[in-house]
Amino acid sequence: MSLSRKCAVVGAYEHPTRFAPDKTMYQIMAESIRGALDDCGLTIKDVDGLLTAGMGMGAMAIVGFCDYLNLTPNFLDSTNIGGSSFVAHTAHAAAAINAGLCEVAVVVYGSTAASSRFAIGTGGGGGGGDPCDQYEFPFGPTTVGAYAMIAQRHMHDYGTTPEQLAEIAVTMRLHASMNPVAKYRDPITVEDVLASRVISSPLHLLDCCIISDGGGALVITSAERARDLKKKPAYILGVGETVRHAARGQRDFLEIAAAQSGRLAFERSGVAHKDIDMAMIYDSFTITVLATLENLGFCKRGEGGAFVSGGRLRYDGDFPINTDGGGLSSNHPGMRGMFLVIEAVKQLRGECGPRQVADCKVALAHGTGGALGTRHSGATLILTNQ
Amino acid sequence: MPQDKSPKAYRKPLPHIDEESRPWWEAVQRHELYVQKCRDCGDLRFHPRALCTSCMSSRTEWVRCKGSGKIYTFTVTNQNQAGGFRDSLPYVMAWVEVDEGLKMLTNIIDCPPEQVKIGMPVEAVFDDVTPEVTLVKFRPAR
Repeated sequence: MSLSRKCAVVGAYEHPTRFAPDKTMYQIMAESIRGALDDCGLTIKDVDGLLTAGMGMGAMAIVGFCDYLNLTPNFLDSTNIGGSSFVAHTAHAAAAINAGLCEVAVVVYGSTAASSRFAIGTGGGGGGGDPCDQYEFPFGPTTVGAYAMIAQRHMHDYGTTPEQLAEIAVTMRLHASMNPVAKYRDPITVEDVLASRVISSPLHLLDCCIISDGGGALVITSAERARDLKKKPAYILGVGETVRHAARGQRDFLEIAAAQSGRLAFERSGVAHKDIDMAMIYDSFTITVLATLENLGFCKRGEGGAFVSGGRLRYDGDFPINTDGGGLSSNHPGMRGMFLVIEAVKQLRGECGPRQVADCKVALAHGTGGALGTRHSGATLILTNQ
Repeated sequence: MPQDKSPKAYRKPLPHIDEESRPWWEAVQRHELYVQKCRDCGDLRFHPRALCTSCMSSRTEWVRCKGSGKIYTFTVTNQNQAGGFRDSLPYVMAWVEVDEGLKMLTNIIDCPPEQVKIGMPVEAVFDDVTPEVTLVKFRPAR
């Protein structure tokens, strides 16, 4: 049984806020749901499935959020696998709709990470509940440090350079300059990235994602129901998800979850790499993009440095990614997977204005949650407007 | 022994030692480093678990490590807001592959950060950070 083309993302809304000290997390979530429903012409009464996750949400928070919004859905999913969660939720929603568990599902996210002054990448501290933490937290792992160790190994094995990683950040900033709601819009150069302070070697400040507030929501329904709604549907072609971790001490750390989730998504979608017109690749750090592109199979292992060079990733390049400016320049409230799906949908609809990728028919979104250098999740989604 | 409550008390996170990990941490306190080996399928594993992750056998042998290895990858951390670490920047975090073939997350000490390299031979150092807890760190092999 294939999910391919059975369901579609019909509503997508990115909350424009980047700093919202006057709003609560639930308010940002509710405003995002309203925006996504307006986008497709459905109402809250139509929603019978809810999927959400958030760094500020406790284990049972989805029940509390239903209380807040007076919802009684027929399908609930608060899977939290880090920043990739919303990419996985989109897949789970399609599976639930296809299985008849609900008809109209909303995936939602909200966060006040910036106004709450939450140190997302450099706050590595206590840990606690997870038995694995006792072998790691005493040594001071930070999120940025765990990614930095992947960059260090990649540079050692393949001669990848800081300049190649920096070009990723420069490209994201170029894209942000064409996104009116992006947090950082002034152009930067490779020299600027290399001159910014080293947070955790070899990663500089400008190799790291920003911290913002934000939120967003998606509405997903059956392909049949999608036909009558306001916007052109973004049909779900293929999905995949998995994790990578220390593998009992035997892991090859440059092989990441994207290798498996990407393979699954391509197999299930029936499209090939050459069919992908643009991609949304979780850019928590510049190295995340390079490692993900290799593991998804867009280039061979070790060739990522050359692949991301020469303007290839620009909106007008051979392989456009992160046209909204990404987590490196537009927004990163802690779990960015939501915005990967939203921008992919907007590109497929042709709604991206100056940063629109020409003739965009098939888009891929890949979310990473957690840290590549310790343990992480990966979720891949392939969408089409055809 | 009562915990030192003075301002000089150890401020970095301490391990939450549990039923599966206690024998390992007790060995480390004796300055001995072990990994586990499955008595049925022979698979080696770190960190300690009650069951083999390859065949789910509960029959486990503790294998004493020689204490030497090589740096698989590392990072010099210049920013960490967490108490304890904030006061000891920069520090080197690394995955070390011990000679038994398993990777362990650790710190590289007794070496200027700019001299740390991937592939560098290292040896285990047992750092008695509190009366109850010893951490396994590594330094350049002598």
